[in-house]
Amino acid sequence: MIHSLFLINCSGDIFLEKHWKSVVSQSVCDYFFEAQEKAADVENVPPVISTPHHYLISIYRDKLFFVSVIQTEVPPLFVIEFLHRVADTFQDYFGECSEAAIKDNVVIVYELLEEMLDNGFPLATESNILKELIKPPTILRSVVNSITGSSNVGDTLPTGQLSNIPWRRAGVKYTNNEAYFDVVEEIDAIIDKSGSTVFAEIQGVIDACIKLSGMPDLSLSFMNPRLLDDVSFHPCIRFKRWESERVLSFIPPDGNFRLISYRVSSQNLVAIPVYVKHSISFKENSSCGRFDVTIGPKQNMGKTIEGITVTVHMPKVVLNMNLTPTQGSYTFDPVTKVLVWDVGKIAPQKLPSLKGLVNLQSGAPKPEENPSLNIQFKIQQLAISGLKVNRLDMYGEKYKPFKGVKYVTKAGKFQVRT
Amino acid sequence: MTDSKYFTTTKKGEIFELKAELNSDKKEKKKEAVKKVIASMTVGKDVSALFPDVVNCMQTDNLELKKLVYLYLMNYAKSQPDMAIMAVNTFVKDCEDPNPLIRALAVRTMGCIRVDKITEYLCEPLRKCLKDEDPYVRKTAAVCVAKLHDINAQLVEDQGFLDTLKDLISDSNPMVVANAVAALSEIAESHPSSNLLDLNPQSINKLLTALNECTEWGQIFILDCLANYMPKDDREAQSICERVTPRLSHANSAVVLSAVKVLMKFMEMLSKDLDYYGTLLKKLAPPLVTLLSAEPELQYVALRNINLIVQKRPEILKHEMKVFFVKYNDPIYVKLEKLDIMIRLASQANIAQVLAELKEYATEVDVDFVRKAVRAIGRCAIKVEQSAERCVSTLLDLIQTKVNYVVQEAIVVIKDIFRKYPNKYESVIATLCENLDSLDEPEARAAMIWIVGEYAERIDNADELLESFLEGFHDESTQVQLQLLTAIVKLFLKKPTETQELVQQVLSLATQDSDNPDLRDRGYIYWRLLSTDPVAAKEVVLAEKPLISEETDLIEPTLLDELICYIGTLASVYHKPPNAFVEGGRGVVHKSLPPRTASSESTESPETAPAGAPSGDQPDVIPAQGDLLGDLLNLDLGPPVSGPPLASSSVQMGAVDLLGGGLDSLMGDEPEGIGDTNFGAPPAAVTTAAAPARLGAPISSGLSDLFELTSGVGTLSGSYVAPKAVWLPAMKAKGLEISGTFTRQVGSISMDLQLTNKALQVMTDFAIQFNRNSFGLAPAAPLQVHAPLSPNQTVELSLPLNTVGSVMKMEPLNNLQVAVKNNIDVFYFSTLYPLHVLFVEDGKMDRQMFLATWKDIPNENEAQFQIRDCPLNTETASNKLQSSNIFTVAKRNVEGQDMLYQSLKLTNGIWVLAELRIQPGNPNFTLSLKCRAPEVSQHVYQAYETILKN
Repeated sequence: MIHSLFLINCSGDIFLEKHWKSVVSQSVCDYFFEAQEKAADVENVPPVISTPHHYLISIYRDKLFFVSVIQTEVPPLFVIEFLHRVADTFQDYFGECSEAAIKDNVVIVYELLEEMLDNGFPLATESNILKELIKPPTILRSVVNSITGSSNVGDTLPTGQLSNIPWRRAGVKYTNNEAYFDVVEEIDAIIDKSGSTVFAEIQGVIDACIKLSGMPDLSLSFMNPRLLDDVSFHPCIRFKRWESERVLSFIPPDGNFRLISYRVSSQNLVAIPVYVKHSISFKENSSCGRFDVTIGPKQNMGKTIEGITVTVHMPKVVLNMNLTPTQGSYTFDPVTKVLVWDVGKIAPQKLPSLKGLVNLQSGAPKPEENPSLNIQFKIQQLAISGLKVNRLDMYGEKYKPFKGVKYVTKAGKFQVRT
Repeated sequence: MTDSKYFTTTKKGEIFELKAELNSDKKEKKKEAVKKVIASMTVGKDVSALFPDVVNCMQTDNLELKKLVYLYLMNYAKSQPDMAIMAVNTFVKDCEDPNPLIRALAVRTMGCIRVDKITEYLCEPLRKCLKDEDPYVRKTAAVCVAKLHDINAQLVEDQGFLDTLKDLISDSNPMVVANAVAALSEIAESHPSSNLLDLNPQSINKLLTALNECTEWGQIFILDCLANYMPKDDREAQSICERVTPRLSHANSAVVLSAVKVLMKFMEMLSKDLDYYGTLLKKLAPPLVTLLSAEPELQYVALRNINLIVQKRPEILKHEMKVFFVKYNDPIYVKLEKLDIMIRLASQANIAQVLAELKEYATEVDVDFVRKAVRAIGRCAIKVEQSAERCVSTLLDLIQTKVNYVVQEAIVVIKDIFRKYPNKYESVIATLCENLDSLDEPEARAAMIWIVGEYAERIDNADELLESFLEGFHDESTQVQLQLLTAIVKLFLKKPTETQELVQQVLSLATQDSDNPDLRDRGYIYWRLLSTDPVAAKEVVLAEKPLISEETDLIEPTLLDELICYIGTLASVYHKPPNAFVEGGRGVVHKSLPPRTASSESTESPETAPAGAPSGDQPDVIPAQGDLLGDLLNLDLGPPVSGPPLASSSVQMGAVDLLGGGLDSLMGDEPEGIGDTNFGAPPAAVTTAAAPARLGAPISSGLSDLFELTSGVGTLSGSYVAPKAVWLPAMKAKGLEISGTFTRQVGSISMDLQLTNKALQVMTDFAIQFNRNSFGLAPAAPLQVHAPLSPNQTVELSLPLNTVGSVMKMEPLNNLQVAVKNNIDVFYFSTLYPLHVLFVEDGKMDRQMFLATWKDIPNENEAQFQIRDCPLNTETASNKLQSSNIFTVAKRNVEGQDMLYQSLKLTNGIWVLAELRIQPGNPNFTLSLKCRAPEVSQHVYQAYETILKN
């Protein structure tokens, strides 16, 4: 099971360590640093590293490495999932998962880690339960605490942990009862040089924000549930109901949580909302090249495409770029060679374009590879797969809740090869 | 108001100040002080000096303060065991607290204090907590049993906690069940033989019920535990599968993968005709694909597992090729894995898409990735015949780019394509030759040389090309040297007239000026072949080559089956069975897939694992040789090019690989040449045994016999002792070099070892272990290296052996796999022991008995061998053999020939009867062996040869 955890920042300082069994010396991290040195990029550090006596399983989140030490045969996914859960919890408690936030709240962090894992076995990882055990810091509470001498540690048994619905605490009360659902879809796609789709799929999630009193029992139905054939559920969902009736029936956790995540992959179902015209060329034996990219709407279902950003990792020999955007603004970082063009909305009358010259290192050979374009965009009020919520019913409580659904489509890993 | 204030240090002694604050009367000040102490602890500062002061704060009603003190205790109790006793009373009291949270906290913390003295006091409260009315306390107590077991296993067994834990599996609360399972699994890991998790249909039912209701982590433990169960028939397997399938939709990827493991394993029992089988196959694909949309670290582990799954059941993901397409911002470790799976899934149906993608990847930035992509194009050509033409033209396009590493990679794969489709694409040779000068990597050079040698008759200036390589012969790597030697010999056999000088030059370079035993030996073999019988040489060197197989890099089937049982674990990430890397090998149990049950009456598919072997105890199944070999070689054999009928040749290549450090399939072009031809007497110049050839690979070929027999001169007194040979070269063992030999003296066998430290650091903590072997050889005493071995120091020692270890038949019979551990790592090697060390002193049969036994053994068990070039007379031969415990029972003279009737006995009681025919004046002896276990005959013959010739 999980033996120890080290938190390491980008400059290689171990700023927190926690041991659930015997103490493992910090020097074990040297193997990690070695691997880190070998990898060109921080993102390329392999997640599983073996050392003579231990295994190091790490994740990279928010510019921090979470490195766990294990000694016996443990499912690595279990460890990785757990580490992500730790990072999520920090995010949840402190608003951000950063070195500063963790250092500012070191005692709470330590208490949290102790509650999350016992002898390497996960104990309480549900944020609801944790929050009952250890109250998250707020400015008000820290002021109150310092005056009254009370603490962040709850002294009651987290009731949820024992019931058959461990994700919900008892005795929840709200004056305004609300249930909101966000249907968020991300398009992952690879578009080739000629503009045809090599690969496309939709990664969707339904995030819920439920503030309902008591023990509400909800059922959520869809207009077109057949779209959903590859779904991962929150444990609260009754699987049998879904199998037989294609209805999501559940007693929700209190607060924010991810209800389901799903994947739609049949190629013809995935509409590609934008197209890109591009011409990037480098001249042989001269130190310049041309860059010309135009972006336009394609299958956008009549909605406005906004928040467009184009990111390009230019080849190493590029020294500088001299471009003119017809819309938005661009930056080029000559150190990392990253070009970012912040486009904004697409106005249908005039398509945004970015044109100009590329300065290359003189004497260097013409770059072999052409850079790929990474595109970000956002479409409000649209789920690109066509998924629509039909209705939400509530049983078990008498009040009338306020209900709402929001749709949004975004680009996920959306790449255009040139 | 944040905690960062706790990190600010004052100028005065920090510890001193904290001490004062901890002893303050004010509660608030105390708590602040404890917080400061904890903060220092988190960054690894030593605050253990404050132990008594912190423990004094323990008796408090304030829960937070209590928790903080507990945190401190867990960290430092070990360093202050006497002080820790002070805390015991509070713990015992807290275990009686009315608040279950405090009871659970107390029992949890007590388990974390790893002090022997405390554990005794822990038993009573723990017993109470295991039966507590509150499930929260019970589930915490269950984990505590595992902690306690880790500290003092005996105590846990004596106190009967294990039985209580087993009872908890039937607990009404699913969380308690899950934790009990987790605790039992962890304990079982250190007790592989115990039947702690004795699963039966009732307990399985309990687990399946709990599975639906417990937390995600509990589900992982339960699923992993279920995977060890062996359903009694296919119906039970199906019903378990049905109840596990909903887990595939879980949001936690570890749950999904554990469920996949259970399904993959139990599927093995289902008949393929069953409708349910098809449904299950369809259900497995989406969750696996979904794993690929998770964070990159999860993707990586998922991909490593998918790699196993597509090898076992390619039908699951055959339509999902596109999800493995690489995105440019995937981390490199994900890219490489995706590429591997793409090739596995490549088929005629999707090859066009795959090739288009691969071509795209070949222009990316990352060098490693580009190389692998180019190689992948070659693998596609070999796998899908229809695409070969297109692949070759793609490769030619890539060669035109003149990007150095792309060209080199392309040439290496084109060589493989030539091997797969001989006489088809030779038109491209001209293009390849143009790039000769740009090749600077050994592998590419070797590949190019192979091509030139192989097609020498079609390349006009082949001799010039090869000659140009010869200039810098000594600066080339071994791989290139060996290849150059072979290529020139090929050239000579094809165009003998113009190239005589060249061949002589290379042979003398290889045999006289080289220190490399491999090169030298190969040189001598060729030299002798060419000088004695050029026709035979032609047959050997230019023999028809076996075609290389379609699928490369496949995991050997028995290993694959074992790995399928380890889906989701570290073993699946490393593609090695856990015993290959789990520390100390403790708790390693061989797992095997369940056999298809008889009730389904289906025909056994060939890949089904051997029947029997319920997981949980050591299976009787003998792991296939390749499996063990795989462990030893780390399965990193470059592209193994093994023709299906040539099992032995692939093994041989493995050995060569180890030697040449990456010399790949090139050696495979003459497996018959070296493997199967019997080269009469070896040249006398080959005196040093190239023993590393024995490392890791049990070679049954003539080549190794050759080494075996020519190894130096032994002492004549007592049993013959071969000179020490290098078993483990320093480069394979992080600087530790081991050489050794086997001796037998007055009835005891020993292994004489010489350990040399060629590393820069001191080596300590040596230990040795043998794998099970044919005769149960095992160390009779631990490996005693008295002082640490400092750099460049050599120590000689003799390790007594006995033959009471566990027995497993090895291939070849006298193969011994050894693991040696030191403070740096564990190393594996294998060696062949001469059989005569096993000949016992009381091996003399009386005449009557001999006669009766000789008649009794059926004639088909008789084996005849020739011992050549042995200029001994009957008397000396008999004496020589006697000193190695081969006893002459009777002697007869028939028609001028001396007939010696001899007997010997092996340590395991097998008798071998021999008839040795010696004709005075003729150096060739005839040996007939009869034995009830005929497989030893070959090795007894080798022993005879070794003894007689030394």
